[in-house]
Amino acid sequence: MKVLVAVKRVVDYNVKVRPKADGTDVDTANVKMSINPFCEIAVEEAVRLKEKGVVSEIVAVSMGPKQSQEQIRTALALGADRGILVETDAELQPLAVAKCLKAIVDKEEPQMVILGKQSIDGDNNQTGQMLGALTGMGQGTFASEVVVEGDAVKVTREIDGGLQTVELKLPAIVTTDLRLNEPRYASLPNIMKAKKKPLDTTTPDELGVDITPRTKTLKVEPPAERQAGVKVADVAELVEKLKNEAKVI
Amino acid sequence: MSILVIAEHDNAELKGATLNTIAAVKAIGGDIAVLVAGAGCSAVADAAAKADGVSKVLLADNAAYEHQLAENVAKLVADLGKDYSHILAPATTTGKNMLPRAAALLDVQPISDIISVESADTFKRPIYAGNVIATVQSSDAIKVISVRTTAFDAVAAEGGSAAVESVDIADDAGVSSFVGEELAKSDRPELTAASVVVSGGRGMQNGENFEMLYKLADKLGAAVGASRAAVDAGFVPNDMQVGQTGKIVAPDLYIAVGISGAIQHLAGMKDSKVIVAINKDEEAPIFSVADYGLVADLFEAVPELEAKL
Ligand SMILES: Cc1cc2nc3c(=O)[nH]c(=O)nc-3n(C[C@H](O)[C@H](O)[C@H](O)COP(=O)(O)OP(=O)(O)OC[C@H]3O[C@@H](n4cnc5c(N)ncnc54)[C@H](O)[C@@H]3O)c2cc1C
Ligand SMILES: Cc1cc2nc3c(=O)[nH]c(=O)nc-3n(C[C@H](O)[C@H](O)[C@H](O)COP(=O)(O)OP(=O)(O)OC[C@H]3O[C@@H](n4cnc5c(N)ncnc54)[C@H](O)[C@@H]3O)c2cc1C
Repeated sequence: MKVLVAVKRVVDYNVKVRPKADGTDVDTANVKMSINPFCEIAVEEAVRLKEKGVVSEIVAVSMGPKQSQEQIRTALALGADRGILVETDAELQPLAVAKCLKAIVDKEEPQMVILGKQSIDGDNNQTGQMLGALTGMGQGTFASEVVVEGDAVKVTREIDGGLQTVELKLPAIVTTDLRLNEPRYASLPNIMKAKKKPLDTTTPDELGVDITPRTKTLKVEPPAERQAGVKVADVAELVEKLKNEAKVI
Repeated sequence: MSILVIAEHDNAELKGATLNTIAAVKAIGGDIAVLVAGAGCSAVADAAAKADGVSKVLLADNAAYEHQLAENVAKLVADLGKDYSHILAPATTTGKNMLPRAAALLDVQPISDIISVESADTFKRPIYAGNVIATVQSSDAIKVISVRTTAFDAVAAEGGSAAVESVDIADDAGVSSFVGEELAKSDRPELTAASVVVSGGRGMQNGENFEMLYKLADKLGAAVGASRAAVDAGFVPNDMQVGQTGKIVAPDLYIAVGISGAIQHLAGMKDSKVIVAINKDEEAPIFSVADYGLVADLFEAVPELEAKL
């Protein structure tokens, strides 16, 4: 079966971003960009399903500026077969991303779409669920285990109270949580090979998708800073401070 | 304005997260209706009817909603939600799973995880692991919003007397089914609602050593949390992870033991009132947010702390 994997270009998780001084946007000039960690887990899962013989083809899709090709190439180096870039320099909100993905799902007819549960920049945790609504597919979000059985997939989900397992008819949507797998590193030969794999480019316009933002960011600001407190000498002083100064015990 | 709140519950009890969500709705202003979708959940509807500020409870009691399958509940929420100006749910895993699906059915771009209400269409939410706070304005006709429960003080559970109306819609999308669940059982308070939280990190070395933290927690009436490293290493289960991609907590007292203080962890706990860090590395970043830092070997400090309480 064919699997579609969504990969997003984001600020690397090691970078501590700051708002611009004028509060209009986040300062992302000259910062390191990477594939969203949850998307990397999504690619790895697809590759493992391919290695098990369940999956025959993996298509990596990204929406964003031209440079998002880099993240698609990363996915190709990890084992995806071909890429699609929906190129735009405009701001993309999850509803618009989900609509672009829906248009690609209609063309490609995959049996499964794997996405990250959230991207570490927007932290929205929305896109997979919205794609589920637009396609009518079932959704296994926050997945820690994915098992394909015939024309269904069993997904174990990380929920607040523990773990929940659901069964979804294929085609279905899966969004990845941290414990689903540990992504491999791309080897140098595979990085070279990835450069020759096909990568098609399209645009939201060509897909017939209206990406007009529905929300507007009026301002961005740093959070209230916490002041570092004091070091205590020993456990006795800690207990004394918690009792008499902070009054929390 | 009429506002619809989606109740968080387990068919038996109304969860506290619902009361925090109602508090956010009160900050927007308007009539408050609470939807209780589940199976055999009339006791939950009765509890919701008593919550402060609620004017109506909608009870959708049907087998299709028993396990909160997003495919079914989102359809119900989208059907009912058309008549409201706002739809809100707590940003729990249940809310995060269902709400964006309902929003897309309504062709709405939802706003996740709000921490304050600026006006009926403008909200603040953290992005980039809480390193940036964005003020976001929605132009959609219906605002669909998930609420960071730690940012809003719960309304009173008693005092209201709303009417309960039955809803006769049974949406079974037929694409998903419930197989089973493994829920953590604990006599300790719930992590996101506890007033004291003790968390352990990679420094704990293994799962057995967490016993030390459980003992300490029991003396303090605390919940026990963990860093991602401790969960990934298999010391403790996933539902204990605190952080950007785990649970958000804001207790009166947070004690971090053997946790370095990576930004992803800080994102989940830095709004705690008082933070204590116990770490043997005096350079550990956790000390930059701790009110009280103790540079010590946790294997000595934790038993001593427990004994002194
Ligand atoms: C002040 C501000 C300004 C911004 N300006 C811009 C801008 O000019 N241009 C811009 O592009 N963004 C911009 N953004 C970012 C953008 O708004 C968010 O990234 C967007 O809302 C998507 O949310 P998310 O990625 O958090 O979605 P989530 O729902 O958290 O994403 C979940 C998963 O969906 C998939 N996915 C999401 N987006 C994509 C994608 N584009 N391609 C492939 N897969 C995807 C991935 O698998 C991802 O793991 C801005 C954000 C802010 C706060
Ligand atoms: C996409 C993504 C999402 C993430 N989400 C989260 C999240 O939600 N939550 C989260 O916590 N992390 C998250 N992380 C991981 C995060 O970046 C850190 O790796 C993690 O928090 C480290 O956990 P730790 O502090 O327990 O381990 P370490 O960083 O290894 O720190 C262990 C600490 O224990 C101390 N120590 C060791 N032995 C002793 C001793 N005997 N006595 C006293 N102190 C001792 C050490 O000095 C050290 O400071 C995420 C990462 C990514 C990439």
